[in-house]
Amino acid sequence: MGDFWRRFFDSDLWWSFKSSPLVVIAFSITVIIVFSSIFATFVAPYNPFDLAQFDLMDSLKPPAWMEGGTSQFFLGTDDQGRDVLSTILYGSRVSLLVGFMSVFFAMVIGIIVGLIAGYSGGWVDALLMRIADVQLSFPAILIALLVDGIVRGLLPKGSHDDLAVYVLIVAIALSFWVQYARTVRSSTMIERTKEYVQAAQVIGLPQPLILFRHILPNVMGPVLVIATIQLALAVITEATLSFLGVGVPPTSPSLGTLIRVGNDYLFSGEWWITVFPGAALVILVLAVNILGDWLRDALNPKLR
Amino acid sequence: MFLFLARRLFQAAMVMLTVALIAFALFQYVGDPVANMVGQDTSVADREKLKQDLGLNDPIIVQFGHFVQNASKGEFGQSYRLRKPVKELIAERFPATLELSIISAILALLVGIPMGVYTALHPKSWVSQGFMTLSLIGISLPTFLIGIFLILFFGVILQWLPTFGRGEVVDLGWWTTGFLSKSGWQSLIMPAITLAIFQMTLIVRLIRAEMLEVLRSDYIKFARARGLHERSISFSHALKNTLVPVITIIGLQIGSLIAFAIITESVFQWPGMGLLFIQAIEEVDIPIMSAYLLLIALVFVIINLLVDILYYSIDPRLRMN
Repeated sequence: MGDFWRRFFDSDLWWSFKSSPLVVIAFSITVIIVFSSIFATFVAPYNPFDLAQFDLMDSLKPPAWMEGGTSQFFLGTDDQGRDVLSTILYGSRVSLLVGFMSVFFAMVIGIIVGLIAGYSGGWVDALLMRIADVQLSFPAILIALLVDGIVRGLLPKGSHDDLAVYVLIVAIALSFWVQYARTVRSSTMIERTKEYVQAAQVIGLPQPLILFRHILPNVMGPVLVIATIQLALAVITEATLSFLGVGVPPTSPSLGTLIRVGNDYLFSGEWWITVFPGAALVILVLAVNILGDWLRDALNPKLR
Repeated sequence: MFLFLARRLFQAAMVMLTVALIAFALFQYVGDPVANMVGQDTSVADREKLKQDLGLNDPIIVQFGHFVQNASKGEFGQSYRLRKPVKELIAERFPATLELSIISAILALLVGIPMGVYTALHPKSWVSQGFMTLSLIGISLPTFLIGIFLILFFGVILQWLPTFGRGEVVDLGWWTTGFLSKSGWQSLIMPAITLAIFQMTLIVRLIRAEMLEVLRSDYIKFARARGLHERSISFSHALKNTLVPVITIIGLQIGSLIAFAIITESVFQWPGMGLLFIQAIEEVDIPIMSAYLLLIALVFVIINLLVDILYYSIDPRLRMN
């Protein structure tokens, strides 16, 4: 392990990381948001889901620095008297959970399809890639909306809210797998002809073992770059679907749901209910995007 | 050329058939059409008769045939929620979405292409750095948030622009347009900007990347070695070759504009097809969902087909094999 860290601190990647202040800031912000939302129960001043902890009397209080605001609620309160800062922390937890899980499932589907298509070639490859092409010609958000709509239609009406988070994860994962599949397929086609794969075939290893133990580690690099960039996209997609009212319900709100709820108060002057969750969303997505951009350039030998 | 066209047409037909199958499956497996059409006190016998009349007892293949036949005539039955024929509803909403998309596309192209070319030609200047930072922020800002922020500043704080609807609409009989009234244009400004920003950032980044790639190639170096004017190199050599992939991108953008219009329409309560679709999803209104699905697929297939043909006529290398 010590050896690993020594090699890591010696690498071009680490040098490029520490020589770019923007990337260091973006990384710190991402880490802070991820940790404060994972540990929201300890970090947040209140628990917005605990009915005993908020009071309708405190509703629609402006942020602390404005007239009428109290230091008790730093970013103000929403229509039910919940502390906006706390709802943001709990909300980012839902947003990040959906983001990470959907990217993970998209990655798994994409890797499996890509490995099979790239390794077997022939009609299997042609069929899988045609499906991928067709899907790629539609925007991901439309596919996600559609899957979301279909699954909601298949479920009984009463269970929509309970299962909403899972439905979202499935919908986003199904709209994002294509990019992984295409990348993995093209690298697999290159790896397939290399000697170590031929050697593995000659000693008669079963195909799944060759695919996942031998080829997979060699095609993972670009996959991780795509995953970083897509994390930002997945968070945006989740927020968008929730904003449109077909995502996470207000009972356990994500950032998108918070913005949707707050949007109703925009015209009556209570801007903080919308603007702060919105700002949190933008900062998170921007930080992850900067990281993704940097990682892509840093790992691309063409640009060195 | 003929073979190329025939193959593309066949592929397009396959895509449409697949989408039709999905839309048909929606009708089959999601919800019960009979239960959606009758009241609670309808007897079992009446329900059975309705089912027979609707052809729901026919074999699946026959039903699918009927579905495709009706769909090609634009018949999708009645909306479960609004109790009106889907054909009418979509025809009512279509002009709003198209006007919004076209104005946004023009806006995105007029601003995006010059910005992309400039950042590629002067990658180190601070203006380009500024453009790139802006485009990163543009990509990180979800469309709906751009809309909300615009509403907050120009609608609520400054009160310059209307925040919802299409304004005063002039009915031309077969088309309703907001282009002929002042309030129509005023209402269009914010939705059009909201919809254009994401496309714009995409166009800037893609043109820049593509052009940087071209500028590195040998024939540009050779043109420099020949002592050609820098302006002539960038515009008649580099930009021309950049445009081929850019056409594809722009073509596909028009499709995604219509898709992203769903979000913009929802933020600004713009009475277009997207708003209709999102309300249909919330209520699981299958006829509208499947009609919209097929319509969008048709738009995408036609655009893809046009882009392919355009490609073929622009790039002589494709004609070789």
